[in-house]
Amino acid sequence: MLTKRIIPCLDVKDNRVVKGVQFVNLRDAGDPVELGARYSQEGADELVFLDITATIRSRKTIVELVEKVAENVFIPFTVGGGVQTAEQIDAILRSGADKVSVNTAAVENPSIITRAARRFGNQCVVLAIDARLSKTRKGKWHVCVKAGSQPTDIDVVEWAVEGEKSGAGEILLTSMDADGTKAGYDIELTRAVSDAVNIPVIASGGAGTLDHLYEGIVAGGADAVLMASITHFGNYTIKQMKEYLAGRGIPVNL
Amino acid sequence: MIVVIDYNVGNVKSVCNAFRHIGCDVQLTSEAAIIEKAAGLVLPGVAAFGFAVSALGKAAAIVKQSALGGKPLLGICVGYQMLFERSYEYGEHRGLGLIGGNVVPIPPGRTIPHMGWNLVKLPEDMDLFTDLGNEKHFYFAHSFFAEVADPETKIAHTDYGFDLAAAVQKANIYGVQFHPEKSGKTGLKVLRNFAELCEKRS
Repeated sequence: MLTKRIIPCLDVKDNRVVKGVQFVNLRDAGDPVELGARYSQEGADELVFLDITATIRSRKTIVELVEKVAENVFIPFTVGGGVQTAEQIDAILRSGADKVSVNTAAVENPSIITRAARRFGNQCVVLAIDARLSKTRKGKWHVCVKAGSQPTDIDVVEWAVEGEKSGAGEILLTSMDADGTKAGYDIELTRAVSDAVNIPVIASGGAGTLDHLYEGIVAGGADAVLMASITHFGNYTIKQMKEYLAGRGIPVNL
Repeated sequence: MIVVIDYNVGNVKSVCNAFRHIGCDVQLTSEAAIIEKAAGLVLPGVAAFGFAVSALGKAAAIVKQSALGGKPLLGICVGYQMLFERSYEYGEHRGLGLIGGNVVPIPPGRTIPHMGWNLVKLPEDMDLFTDLGNEKHFYFAHSFFAEVADPETKIAHTDYGFDLAAAVQKANIYGVQFHPEKSGKTGLKVLRNFAELCEKRS
């Protein structure tokens, strides 16, 4: 049976791991290569590296960092942030990443998903969605781009379905409302998206307790749970998370 | 020396990094002269099948000839799928035809791609899995799978709501649908086993 995945997320800014609350008030959390290697050794199932400065400053993605990480990490990792073209995706994969996540570029030009999937295979292409609860449409969420700084009027659930049709192999679903709050994943959002698509959904934003991980998987229907604050700042080890989930009947790779 | 076949696509670096990490002499190339000298070959694969086959180009003939000549060959993921006769990913494409069978979509009714860590039952008579016990988790990421139709082939099975071939062996030809280079310590042990069996045979 396929296990549920525990995925630490490393937001990288100027070659340091940082973590904020609702995408602002960033705190330093260490060196990305060291932290990545540590999580890999501790039994994380996968890692996500997001270059959170890339989109705003239109910087090229973090190929050099990817190379260093790949020399030390022998579990899968996804890289995202400011990826705009199939050539950039190729460069990141060739540097040692397994998947590339695309957010803003997919909104601006949805064909990037299709082209990348045809060339590299669906499993390499992750559609990252930064979601905010809509103030005007009750019970709906809208997609935000440019590292969360720009709202669009695209409906999150419809966009996820569109992404699957275009060839995305996975959805990295971040609730901007919950991000960094440690108050739990947005379960309604996670459930709405995981019910609407057939590809794996990674719940992201808000993990603060072990129970939140369980809720994301069981109530939210997520295939994987992503966390940052609670691992970077030493609240829980990967092993503690997995033992807790295993104890509540969730299949994990312990 | 292990040669990882370079065909200019996807994440081939990780396989080299993993071999280096376990202290193996490894080279990434598609040059015939170096391939001929290698103790074993690895055909990696991160790409769509058709794209991978056309990118492999001329190297395909050398890889096939070496494998038929007895040199150990390890196909990984799409590189594993390329060992079979044909694939139906984005159209119909011919593979290397080293092992009988076709590559077809994972049947609907479950999350696709099959992405994550799944438990593989490890047959005792497959030397790729020496010292790994009866079963271990490995990392998978694929939407297509091989329907093995070759009676001479040993198979390691996994369960994804249907019986899925996770690894195969036909004499000196090995293939793994999962990514050993991304399966932590367990995966590194599989690569070490492959390197050791290459040394033994050369």
